[in-house]
Amino acid sequence: MLDFIVLFLTVGIPLSSALLLASLGETVNQRSGVFNLGCEGVMSMGAFVGMLIPFMVGGAGKVAWVVNLAGLLAAALVGALLGLLFGVVVIKFGAPQGIAGIGLQLFGTGLAGSLYRHFIGGAQGVAGIDAIRIPILSDLPMVGKMLFSCNPMVYFAFLMVPAVHYLLFKTPWGLRVRACGTMPRAADSMGIDVSRTRYQALAFGSAMAGLAGAYLSVCYAKIFTDTLVGGRGFIAVALVYFGRWSPLGVMGGALLFSLAQALQLAVQAYGFTTFPYEFLVMLPYVLVIVVLIFVGKSKHVGPAMLGKPFNREMRT
Amino acid sequence: MKHFKLVYTAGVILLSVLLTLGIASLILAVLGADVLKTFWVIFCYPFTTLKNLSGVINIMTPLTIVGVGICVAYRSGIVNIGGEGQMIMGLLLAIVFALNTELPRALALPAILFFGVLGGACWGALPGLLKARFGVSELLSTVMFNYIAAQFYSYCLRVPLLDPAVAGGSGDPQTVKLSTSEWLSRINEVFPSLDKGMRFHTGIFIALLIALLVYLFMWKTPVGFKMRAAGASDRAARYGGISVSRYMVLAMMISGACCGLAGTVEILGVHHRGLGNCTGGYGFSGIVVALFGGLHPLGVIPAAFFFALISYGCSALQINKIPVPSNMIDVLQGLVILVIVAAKLVLANPYLMDRAQRRLCALLGRKEAA
Repeated sequence: MLDFIVLFLTVGIPLSSALLLASLGETVNQRSGVFNLGCEGVMSMGAFVGMLIPFMVGGAGKVAWVVNLAGLLAAALVGALLGLLFGVVVIKFGAPQGIAGIGLQLFGTGLAGSLYRHFIGGAQGVAGIDAIRIPILSDLPMVGKMLFSCNPMVYFAFLMVPAVHYLLFKTPWGLRVRACGTMPRAADSMGIDVSRTRYQALAFGSAMAGLAGAYLSVCYAKIFTDTLVGGRGFIAVALVYFGRWSPLGVMGGALLFSLAQALQLAVQAYGFTTFPYEFLVMLPYVLVIVVLIFVGKSKHVGPAMLGKPFNREMRT
Repeated sequence: MKHFKLVYTAGVILLSVLLTLGIASLILAVLGADVLKTFWVIFCYPFTTLKNLSGVINIMTPLTIVGVGICVAYRSGIVNIGGEGQMIMGLLLAIVFALNTELPRALALPAILFFGVLGGACWGALPGLLKARFGVSELLSTVMFNYIAAQFYSYCLRVPLLDPAVAGGSGDPQTVKLSTSEWLSRINEVFPSLDKGMRFHTGIFIALLIALLVYLFMWKTPVGFKMRAAGASDRAARYGGISVSRYMVLAMMISGACCGLAGTVEILGVHHRGLGNCTGGYGFSGIVVALFGGLHPLGVIPAAFFFALISYGCSALQINKIPVPSNMIDVLQGLVILVIVAAKLVLANPYLMDRAQRRLCALLGRKEAA
């Protein structure tokens, strides 16, 4: 039983990191009032670009580290660019964000798949970034394997939780972002440039989504496929509601969701094959719906003007 | 400048078309393809033979039905992204019914289609109820329901409905083939005098009929009016005594019913059995089609034809020796959505038009025209 729990957590924590990075980014987006449903597409592009650079350059040892890091940075950059493109559509033109998000999702996943077939092709992997074992601590029984021999990006993802919390709630920029999401008209009258703040939030959030995609291709699977992201972008958006727009809540949601997924992998690894695994795969999605039902009831938690375009020239 | 509005509208539309084609060409150039030849294959190759045109019509059929369903929901204030899941649940129920009954053809076909509609309607009602009762955003719940339906379907294919012929083998799981009396006939079987190349199935007539019926329902009946009122402005509709949440659920049921029907028609007309990945992404493409068709059931018909055309064209790129993967269709669709939603807002913004007009007048050195 204990083995089972250890296995379950060892699988679950790396699984959660991609979701965590993407939903933290989405939290910043939504706090500024922009609902980015295209997260999935941004993650796909991030996954492709993140893998492309290590694949093209290669290298070993120290060089490989630099190259992989360059891949991650490029993924973040591409993510930010896609975020700005989305921003032009929904902030400048004020398009309905749900539909535009679906557009971004189709565009991103399609483009990533097309470019992958052209530049890489076939099922080719990269060496990627391996997990590091923290000396001494990783030799601890149980927790050592679970917490202290993870991929560096996993630590980064969890470090981003307090970082994003600080950014949103303790800095002037965070205050501006939240003001734009809650009452853009008041923010505007206080001299805050709502559009610019939303562009900034969108660029930051989408860069995180790009990074999340790159984590999947460079650190987690070390390969790119059309189904690599596999709906994680949509889950990430749902987790923001789940976590009630707070980084800490989002972390809880990402962990809970990933552990539900890990349960299915662990059950299969332990050979309970008679139970149809499809129902275990379903479990996290059902869980999200159930939680959304409870979150939906509580008002005045999230950004009030979420998904509403702001145009200072128009009366509301 | 009497006709400025007309010129402005045409200008914006022309500009968006050019923008879309420009970005697409750029991507094609990056992929190392001959841009003009690619566009020729995408837009003209499907017209070259009757067989190709029939392929386009076969894709157009489910796209039309799903697109009409998305329109109903959108007009009632709901964005239905759950088309995939509703298609799956519809066709699953239809297959289960078809495999377990022996009915004469005149009864079997309507009954199977009915069960397809029922499956889709029930699955579509769930997110509608969740939104009406608990305020769960349909953008998120429909996506979750898509994954749940997909998993349930793959379980059904793998265990209870598995064709004994592939059991234990390495082939993809699929169901037994439906008996031929339950297939939708091909057009050249109904009208033998037609050319042999005309091979599209008769589902297209169902699709056209559905589009017409939904148009009449939404625009010519009181219920349709109330649904559109609830979608246009829920507060005003509530003030007018319309139960918004009830019509929200109804809209999702109709939307789901259309998607379920689309899935069933696809099975009866094309695949003749249940197999994995038989929804072909139509649930998402239907959204693009609905938007492109101006969110009007009759506008959906030409829009579905257009997207079926480029979808068929993209899948034919490889056999025409153009090194562009068929994922290109997703890129084009995404691009079209982004450009359409932006262009629509530009057209709807009177300030922007005013400014453009003034700038144009200043350019032409005239006095400001009203």
